[in-house]
Amino acid sequence: MNDITSLSLTHTIIDLKDKKFSPQELNTAYLARIQKLNPKLNAYLHLNESSDKIPVAIKDLISVKDLPMTCGSRILEGYVPPYNATVVNKLASNGISIIGKTNLDEFAMGSSGENSAYSPAKNPWDTTKVPGGSSSGSAVAVSADLCAFALGTDTGGSIRQPASLCGVVGLKPSYGRVSRYGAQAMASSLDQIGPITKTVEDAKLVLSWIEGEDGQDNNVVSKSKIQSPPLKNLKGAKVGIPIEYFREGLDSEVEKVVKAAINKLKDLGAEVVEVSLPNTKYAVSVYYLIMASEVSSNLARYDGIRFGQDRSKFGPETKRRIMLGTFALSTGYFDDYFIKAAKVRTLIRNDFKEAFKKCDVIVGPVSPTVAWNIGKKTQDPLAMYLSDVYTIPSALAGLPGLSVPCGFASNLPVGLQILGQYMNDETVLSVGQQYQEATEWYKERPKT
Amino acid sequence: MAKIKIDHIAKLANLPLSSEEKELYEKQLSAILDYVEQVESADTKEVEPTFNVIESVNNLQKDQTVSGLTQDEALGNATNKKDGFIVSRGVFENE
Repeated sequence: MNDITSLSLTHTIIDLKDKKFSPQELNTAYLARIQKLNPKLNAYLHLNESSDKIPVAIKDLISVKDLPMTCGSRILEGYVPPYNATVVNKLASNGISIIGKTNLDEFAMGSSGENSAYSPAKNPWDTTKVPGGSSSGSAVAVSADLCAFALGTDTGGSIRQPASLCGVVGLKPSYGRVSRYGAQAMASSLDQIGPITKTVEDAKLVLSWIEGEDGQDNNVVSKSKIQSPPLKNLKGAKVGIPIEYFREGLDSEVEKVVKAAINKLKDLGAEVVEVSLPNTKYAVSVYYLIMASEVSSNLARYDGIRFGQDRSKFGPETKRRIMLGTFALSTGYFDDYFIKAAKVRTLIRNDFKEAFKKCDVIVGPVSPTVAWNIGKKTQDPLAMYLSDVYTIPSALAGLPGLSVPCGFASNLPVGLQILGQYMNDETVLSVGQQYQEATEWYKERPKT
Repeated sequence: MAKIKIDHIAKLANLPLSSEEKELYEKQLSAILDYVEQVESADTKEVEPTFNVIESVNNLQKDQTVSGLTQDEALGNATNKKDGFIVSRGVFENE
C-alpha cells in the first residue's frame, strides 16, 4: 500500500517519468498517509491540500506565499507571508510543490522539538522519544514517509541532529551555499538551509536545485567560484577521526555503532587518521554567546506593529536566549563575552584548517546519544545545549556536514557525521553515498 | 565574573517579563554564564575575531528593477492600519 510514499525522491522522479503513477496519485497517497499518521506524530503544522507536483515538506520558518507561517511561535499566530523564500521558488521551478509546513522548536531554538508552541513532534521510531530539533517536523515527515523530502535549517545542528535521531539523511551545506532569503533569521552568521532526505543522492539533487546566488542574500558565494571535485573513490581517501569526539559524554552504544561505521569506511579502502580539534571544549560556550547575541538582534524586529503579536508571546527558550544575547552585547560585557567568543571562534576554525591538512573528511558521531524521552531535558537548558556538542564546532566554522544512518543503539537510529572543508560539500556527499551503498542502513524505516 | 541584572537586561531587550520569569531566568542565566565563562581561559592574544566565515566582501546585487510587494500585500499582516499606513505607538510621551 505504501509503495509510492516509500520511494526516494530520485525514484519518484523516474517513476513519474515512466508514468507508473501520476502526480495526483502521488499527492493523494501522501495526503492519506499524513491524515493517518500526523495526529500521532505532529510533524505538520499546516497542510497544503492543493499540492500537485512532487511533494516537499518545508520547515515552518521558511516563507511560502499565502500559507500561514508560525516559526513554531505564538507571536506569529495568524501571520501569512506575502512572498516566497528563494529556496521555495527554486524548488517550484524544478517540479516540486509544497505539501505542508513542518513543526519546529520556536524560531529554531532547541534540540528536541519540545520548544514548539504547538506541542512537539514525536519520533516515529518510538513516540515517547523526542525526534531531535530544531527541524523536528521535517525529519519526522521524511522518516515516516509523509513527504518525498523536506527542507530544514541548521544553525548549530538543527538539520543533522534530528536526521540522526530519526534515521534519515540530513545535509547542512557550507555557509553561503544556499540563500536564506525568506527564512526567518535566527543567527545570521550561522544559519543555513538544507535538505532532509531518504537517500544521499536525494540530498545531492536537492542541493543542486536550491544553491546559488539570488541577489538577496549577500553571503551566498557564486556557484562559478566553487571548485569542489567529488571524491570518486574511497580507496586512498583519508578519513580523519577527531579524538575529542570520542571522549566522556559519548554514549558507549552510540560509540560502538559509529566505530563500526568507521571500520566500514576502512573496508572500503579509506585510510583512517587521528586528528585533533583541541578547541572543541569551548565550542558550546562560543556558540551560545554568538548565537544568542545574533538572536537578540534578529528578533528585535518582532514589535507587534507591522506583523505578529506582542513580545510577551515569545516562548520561554526564546526569551532566555534574547536575554542572554542582550546581556552579552550590553555595555561593559561586550568585549568579555561577544568579542572574546568571536576570537575563540577563530581558534575553532583554525583547528579544522589544521586537521584538514591531514585528511579529506572528518567523521564522527552526530549526537552523543540516541533519541531521549520527551521531557527529560526541558528543565535543564544547559544539558539540552550540550546535546549539540558534535555539530556546533563545524557550524561555527561554516563547514558542510552530513548525517547518514549508520545503525541502531537501543533500537533507535544513530547517524554518522561526515564533515568536509569549506565549500567542499561534494566530497562529503560522495563519502556519504559510498558508505550508504555499502551498508543500506538508510533502507530501515520505522513501523508506523 | 558578572551578575546579570535582570530588570536592566529585560528593559534593553524590550521583553515584558513576569516576576516568576525574572526569578527563573536569573537562576538559569547565572548557570549558563558560569558555563560559558570558560571561554576566558582560551588564549586569544593576537587572534582576530570571526564574525562571518565568508571571505568575500561587497557581493553586490545587479543594478536592475524587480517587482516588489504591493501596498496591500505589505500591509496585509499589520493589525492596526489607517489610510494605507501602519499605526504605531507614539515615540514621545503622551502620544
